[in-house]
Amino acid sequence: MAKLKAFTGAQATAEAMRQVNPDVVVAYPITPQTPIVEFFAQFVADGVVDTEMVPIESEFSALSAVVGAAAAGARAMCATSSQGLALMWEIVAAAPGLRLPIVMPVVNRALSAPINIHCDHSDTMGTATLGWIQIYSENAQEAYENTLLALKLAEHPKVLLPVMVMQDGFIVSHGVETVKILEDEEAKKFIGERNPDRYLLDVKHPYTIGPLALPDYYFEVKRQQEEAIWAAKEVYLEVGEELSKLTGNKYPYFEEYKTEDAEVAIVVLSSAAGTAKEVVDEMREQGYKVGLIKPKLFRPFPYKEMRVALEKFRVVGVLDRSIAFGAYAPVYTEIRNALFESEKKPKLQSYVFGLGGRDIFKEDIRKVFEELLSNNVDSQTQKYIGLRG
Amino acid sequence: MAEKKGWQELMRGGDLPPATALENKTGSWRSLRPVYDPSNCIHCMICVAYCPDMAIPIKHSEEGVVGKGGRIYKGTVRLETDFDYCKGCGICANECPTKCITMVREE
Ligand code: SF4
Ligand code: SF4
Repeated sequence: MAKLKAFTGAQATAEAMRQVNPDVVVAYPITPQTPIVEFFAQFVADGVVDTEMVPIESEFSALSAVVGAAAAGARAMCATSSQGLALMWEIVAAAPGLRLPIVMPVVNRALSAPINIHCDHSDTMGTATLGWIQIYSENAQEAYENTLLALKLAEHPKVLLPVMVMQDGFIVSHGVETVKILEDEEAKKFIGERNPDRYLLDVKHPYTIGPLALPDYYFEVKRQQEEAIWAAKEVYLEVGEELSKLTGNKYPYFEEYKTEDAEVAIVVLSSAAGTAKEVVDEMREQGYKVGLIKPKLFRPFPYKEMRVALEKFRVVGVLDRSIAFGAYAPVYTEIRNALFESEKKPKLQSYVFGLGGRDIFKEDIRKVFEELLSNNVDSQTQKYIGLRG
Repeated sequence: MAEKKGWQELMRGGDLPPATALENKTGSWRSLRPVYDPSNCIHCMICVAYCPDMAIPIKHSEEGVVGKGGRIYKGTVRLETDFDYCKGCGICANECPTKCITMVREE
């Protein structure tokens, strides 16, 4: 039986980590991720987990230490945001290359400059090509459940890759919601023990990890990594089905909200999807056939499934909370990609919104729907929501 | 060398079985060579411990070897440097308490 708690997103994530009881947690505080490790440090201090928690001098060292611990055979976790993720970058690329199943909650925050502590997705979108599985959460409930799911996904023998679990900075990380928490027993049973097939502290079976691979081998190693991340797509559904039996919730690649007969739809990640659902409800009551698609699994990206889902719409608006300078925005890019093979492509419009934590309101989303309904769209021009002209 | 493996045959993540460096002679890029003078060696094993490679072989000797001051050193003794692996870093020469290792430029 699940328990209801009044939790922030950060607290819900820390709660998942408490139930995971990792062997090692290494992190450096960074706004707005800080409360995750604060709450977790409290669990360590209170003795409710037996994690080796290492406060460390920077995020570069934090992820480095987590990589070391994971290679040694430990279940190791980290957490970060924005500049912290940026400082880790070198190791962010190394962790999937070393095939280490690390789970790292990331609380999305804008990247400098200008300096800003509020939510956008420029931090994690900047790492989307590095080989981490990426799961975006809409609210504290999803942040909690996705953390548990991520752990099982990361450690699956077909996968063995690190996973980032996102939640929106402040909006979710610091906002209190009712969160359904699994019983410890259930959660622990679901997660199980990490059982690595090889690990460095197994001195009876030595091996070399992280060797040099020059032009004669590097390419093959990367091809393996590619195979693993695509394998994660299937495993994500399997693990989700298992978790579903405990939570009653579903873990699809993306959530389809009132899309069955929708003419137009918005695609948007994370917390803004919650706002958009309200607008969908309101406009539905007024007779508009509008719907929403909320991607959850962003890496690997479910291109085929997304194409099938999008083909039923006349017009689709894609809302990105980050810019890809000199290119189409990240989510929009994937939606365009997904539709390349389509015989019945909907019209597309790209919107950028919410940079540096700028709020998006229901009226803004309503205007987007109205624009989509009016067919006044251009797939090659990026529009902006809530930007002063 | 054996045929190169395809991506499906390699160990995950480019990991390797242990001690594969033994199959390769990695001393070829040395520019300095440690020249060892056994007549001044006290077989203290400091160079062996400090060598970041494993380029200074040792053995157990009951009869002993002649070292500093013409003395016979018994037990664990060091042997001639293994130039298949020595990188010429000079750490052994720097650490040796009797200064019996001299770094000379390779020809
Ligand atoms: S450190 Fe010098 S004295 Fe000691 S074993 Fe090595 S060569 Fe001999
Ligand atoms: S020069 Fe360096 S590598 Fe060579 S034997 Fe001395 S310590 Fe070892």
